[in-house]
Amino acid sequence: MSLDDFYRQTILDHYQNPRNWGTLENPDITAQDANPLCGDEIRIDLKIKDDRVEAVRFSGKGCSISRAAASMLTEAIEGKTLDEVKRINRDDVLDMLGIELGPVRLKCALLALKTLKVGVYGVQQNWPGEGEDE
Amino acid sequence: MKTLAPERGGRARMHEPDFVAIRKDFPIFQRKVHGKPLIYLDSTATTQKPVQVIDALDHYYKTFNANIHRGVYAIAEEATARYEEVRGKVAKLLNARSPHEIVFTRGTTESINLVSNAWGRKNVGPGDVILLTEMEHHSNLVPWQILAAEKGAQLRFIPIDGQGRLDLSGLDALLDGPVKVVSLTHLSNVLGTINPVAEIARRAHARGAIVVVDAAQSLPHIGVDVRALDCDFLAFSAHKMLGPTGTGALYGKRALLDAMPPFLGGGEMIREVKLEGSTWNETPWKFEAGTMNIADTIAFGTAIDYVETIGFEAITKHSRELVELTFRLLGEIPGVTIYGPPVEERGGIVAFSLDDIHAHDIATVLDHDGVAVRAGHHCAMPLHRKLGVVATTRASFYVYNLPSDIAALAEGVGKAKQLFHR
Repeated sequence: MSLDDFYRQTILDHYQNPRNWGTLENPDITAQDANPLCGDEIRIDLKIKDDRVEAVRFSGKGCSISRAAASMLTEAIEGKTLDEVKRINRDDVLDMLGIELGPVRLKCALLALKTLKVGVYGVQQNWPGEGEDE
Repeated sequence: MKTLAPERGGRARMHEPDFVAIRKDFPIFQRKVHGKPLIYLDSTATTQKPVQVIDALDHYYKTFNANIHRGVYAIAEEATARYEEVRGKVAKLLNARSPHEIVFTRGTTESINLVSNAWGRKNVGPGDVILLTEMEHHSNLVPWQILAAEKGAQLRFIPIDGQGRLDLSGLDALLDGPVKVVSLTHLSNVLGTINPVAEIARRAHARGAIVVVDAAQSLPHIGVDVRALDCDFLAFSAHKMLGPTGTGALYGKRALLDAMPPFLGGGEMIREVKLEGSTWNETPWKFEAGTMNIADTIAFGTAIDYVETIGFEAITKHSRELVELTFRLLGEIPGVTIYGPPVEERGGIVAFSLDDIHAHDIATVLDHDGVAVRAGHHCAMPLHRKLGVVATTRASFYVYNLPSDIAALAEGVGKAKQLFHR
């Protein structure tokens, strides 16, 4: 995969102009996590209304892959029900990114999803669609 | 002056070694990465191996593979002789008083754990102080944390200044009290800083503490002299000095080693075993339980020959030239911050950041040009916290690196800047 394919335009766009960037006042759900290996940090805030994601914001530090993945994920969950959010799995995130990732960068790509799941479930657990291949 | 006989395709000591020719001894540079020639700038993690070392491994397995110290047949005696010969080479390399002061281990980490367990558990008690520095690799931090937790001892740290040097202004206060051990790196694996170990050892000894040195980086880059440093223990790995992975050694003063209980129990480390108890073999063999890493240790002997043929003076000079070029070329890129002291105070290691671009992204861009660098906290999380960054990109050099490698590094960093700021 060439460098231009890896850092394809949409990834760079989400990295440089992250969607839903920031924090929410009085969020219904807030979750934070970090990947100590590379120092990535993320916080995701959610406003829930009628069991749907009314608003979402994320903030933190990270590489282009982790930030782009978080940005794409927040776009994907806006307006979704919590059950729909719970069904999003790692393949969905990898499809959004659309690139092949080695084991180290895979952790970057999945940090936002992991954090989001911790938030919506309230506790860390095996998520639907995962577990078998983890 | 007597000319050294070249060994197995090595070369006689020269005032100016031919680093272009040296690179040709390393088969890995024939391969390509992402279609580009491999440019390896991660020697601090592990060095590449010259064909002579690879051949030595092959030669051992093909001609005299046998367990050591046991067999009374020819190849066992040959293997034992070659293994023990390396102990002598290491003793000479470090300027130890005797080969008895050299214990083979898996490497730096195991060597430090040997000290923290065998010496530490006997000599460190509740309230005692273990003095470390803020720039330690996790391998010289975590074993002491484990010991401190077990014994109720306290950890203290020599701080670093803004230039990445140890700040010794408060050393007397840090050494005040029941300080039992001072353990520090000789050459920082992130900052490249060369620490004044001899001075710290003198002041530590005056307070009755022993001194443990992590020489994982200093031995390959600048060489060490345990008598000049006057350290009590010194730990290093073979694989960071052209040798194979999985072997290394601990130097220890004979009296200290003699007084220590064993670390691991098993075969070879005993004198006599009864069902209820055992007596120990003499130093250093009482610390070498089980079958040791014979092949890799013998091949490390070949690596020592190779490095000594080039000479530490030439290696240090070569590294400095590459560091200087790195400072110059990276310095021309706006937004680059280099961590650590000036060129003349460091070994062949340069950690840097570029604006707020994550180290992973820089490393990925470089990887696509065939350039291998390290991105992350380099097993020194507390140091990165102190530097105020989560991760840095690190380029580190050894004898096979050439100025063209640094040009490729700078070009790649420039490319990363362009890519992420357009």
